[in-house]
Amino acid sequence: MADKSIVVPGEEVASGMDFLPTEGVYRDGEKLVSSKLGLLAVDGRLVKIIPLAGKYLPKRGDVIVGKVVDVAISGWVVDINSAYTAMLSMKEASAEFIARGADLTRYFTFGDYIVTKIINVTSQNLVDLTMKGPGLRKLSEGRIVAVAPNKVPRIIGKQGSMVSMIKDATGCKVIVGQNGVVWLQGEPDNELLAVTTLRKIEGESHISGLTDRVKAFLDEEVGKLKKPEQGQ
Amino acid sequence: MGYDKRFDGRRPDELRPVAAKAGIIKRADGSAMFRIGNTVAYAAVYGPRDLFPRFLKDPQRGILRCRYNMMPFSGAGERVKPGGSRRSKEISMVTEKALLPVLNLEDFPNAVVDVFIELPQTDAGTRCAGICAAAIALADAGVSMKDLVSSVSAGKVGEMVAVDLSYAEESYKDGDVADIPVAFIPRTGQVTLLQMDGMIDKDGLKKALEMARAACLQIYEVQRRALKEKFAVPVAVKGNGSTV
Amino acid sequence: MNELLRANILKWFGKGMRYDGRAFGEFRPVSIELGVTKNAEGSARVRIGDTEVIAGVKMAVEKPYNDTPADGNLMVNAELLPLSSPDFEAGPPGEESIEIARVVDRGVRESKAIDTAKLCIEPGEKVWAVMVDICTINAAGNLLDAAALAAMAALRSTKFPAYNGKAVDYEHPTNNKLPMLRIPVLVTVTKLDEHFFVDPLIEEEKVADARLTVAITEAGQICAMQKGGDSPLSIDDIGRMVDLAAAKAKELHKKL
Repeated sequence: MADKSIVVPGEEVASGMDFLPTEGVYRDGEKLVSSKLGLLAVDGRLVKIIPLAGKYLPKRGDVIVGKVVDVAISGWVVDINSAYTAMLSMKEASAEFIARGADLTRYFTFGDYIVTKIINVTSQNLVDLTMKGPGLRKLSEGRIVAVAPNKVPRIIGKQGSMVSMIKDATGCKVIVGQNGVVWLQGEPDNELLAVTTLRKIEGESHISGLTDRVKAFLDEEVGKLKKPEQGQ
Repeated sequence: MGYDKRFDGRRPDELRPVAAKAGIIKRADGSAMFRIGNTVAYAAVYGPRDLFPRFLKDPQRGILRCRYNMMPFSGAGERVKPGGSRRSKEISMVTEKALLPVLNLEDFPNAVVDVFIELPQTDAGTRCAGICAAAIALADAGVSMKDLVSSVSAGKVGEMVAVDLSYAEESYKDGDVADIPVAFIPRTGQVTLLQMDGMIDKDGLKKALEMARAACLQIYEVQRRALKEKFAVPVAVKGNGSTV
Repeated sequence: MNELLRANILKWFGKGMRYDGRAFGEFRPVSIELGVTKNAEGSARVRIGDTEVIAGVKMAVEKPYNDTPADGNLMVNAELLPLSSPDFEAGPPGEESIEIARVVDRGVRESKAIDTAKLCIEPGEKVWAVMVDICTINAAGNLLDAAALAAMAALRSTKFPAYNGKAVDYEHPTNNKLPMLRIPVLVTVTKLDEHFFVDPLIEEEKVADARLTVAITEAGQICAMQKGGDSPLSIDDIGRMVDLAAAKAKELHKKL
């Protein structure tokens, strides 16, 4: 089967003991079989499926965007757009010392969105977060958009090239959480263009030539945005 | 004279026209439509997501929860009262059992995958259509699974062994009728759903199962194509706003 | 809980723009498809943007209610199917689905949309019952207006099944359509701060202060209303909301 072709669960993707099944692939005797809907990727002997859909599975080290959904006695419960909520403890919440019994809502409260980092995931998917690190902070303005978590690598692009292109073209600030939650801030027209661009990447990332298409799209749309101002 | 020509002119091993489409409900994590003859099933998958009530949680793996439901106006004859019945409860349960063997839910302990099957229009074979739609929707949701599941009914009308019985055939009066809804894991040929009502001899049963197996491979092709076709073009994704 | 969302939407509204770029008085694209399920006596699928609902009409012969012995029976039910949103749960109908059903019911009933006297077969004994079920397929905001539009489209396409005086023969629909007198539509106007707008997105519904749903006939008569949301409205607010609803109702009537 050809590299980068779309495969569905149960489809045989390779045959023989020379190949090794990795993500999204299992061995059944001589055959390697897909267990995910996705794009087939063969790298030497390694066979994997790049998924086209799926929920976020928390991973240690991921920088994500979460929402505070509860304030507990010793920390905060955070919705991280997955099947599991996460905990941010008092000692990981701030560089300053938070005394026991302090009013935690002074730091983060219900409904706050935060850029945070996963520091631990147990076998039961209990997730611990930290706010200590560069760029980790509370988000005070802007729009939250949920995208398919498996499209995050394409939205970010190689060395952040795709997201930089969106930022440059629209003038928006953009933070892409590994959990598929994106934060955007800009002027309404530009913000909307940034959202449309994210949706375009999400919907077309499986079709080759994505970067060029997105660049052409942004060039054209940014031109449209500027027109009314020139007319004035 | 016995039943030697089907009411709708099909060959004994011939399915009603089959069609499928993946990704019909944007708010769902995965979704599909499956149509066989005049029976139409929609399925939506949500999850893996947090599970309530807590006592249902399994710390070893995620659980699967299915709900089969006929829309009130979907049936021939009188309105179907909403709110579920003993029949819909049982079908929900056997649907769960039909799908579970292919699912890999070990990565999602304590979580649930919800599958909602709704029938806007029914003829014969609703539970099988629901299972076919659900299997596409689960794959569309990105759930890890060893294979899809394909399902059809087989059986015997008079002396004829046939697949995908119609309503008219199910209610054939001039001889014995057996209706056997089955589901197969297409790759391995293992059976994950088997029910039967009516009367059939052992040889007839074996022949019916073989015929259902062959028919399910045709259905599998339709399911597979539905998933691939979704990605043949740019995919419509959720709206402009946030969904968090 | 939604402070960030509210602040951002208000920022947009302050610049005269909706959260998806629309104008305040602008609906998303509306489409109506008839005959979407063959076992119903009438049916319609309505899409408003990403929102999708199906309505189906089933008919039966029943005993009339005691207080209306010579009128047909009408019933409207709405099912917020768990398939249509991560926020809907399986189980008995909740407040939201009951509200949708009752508001649509009032619009149809109070406008005398159906000539119920013509549904009488034998006074006090046998009348036609018209049962409308509305099922949500994709819940992406403004379910009330979509539900009412689907219900009206389904009713207008409904044909009586055959009846021989004893049993209804559902297999043989007649060519007789339901006796319709008026065509009400619902328009919901939503308020956030000092802004009034139609056809809300889910995000806009989440942060809205109040809403007013107005049922309006093709002649411009108001035939039912429902205020929703937690904030009060002034008489002036209501006037503005009804004006906007009436203007939009004309557009929706053209779609039917």
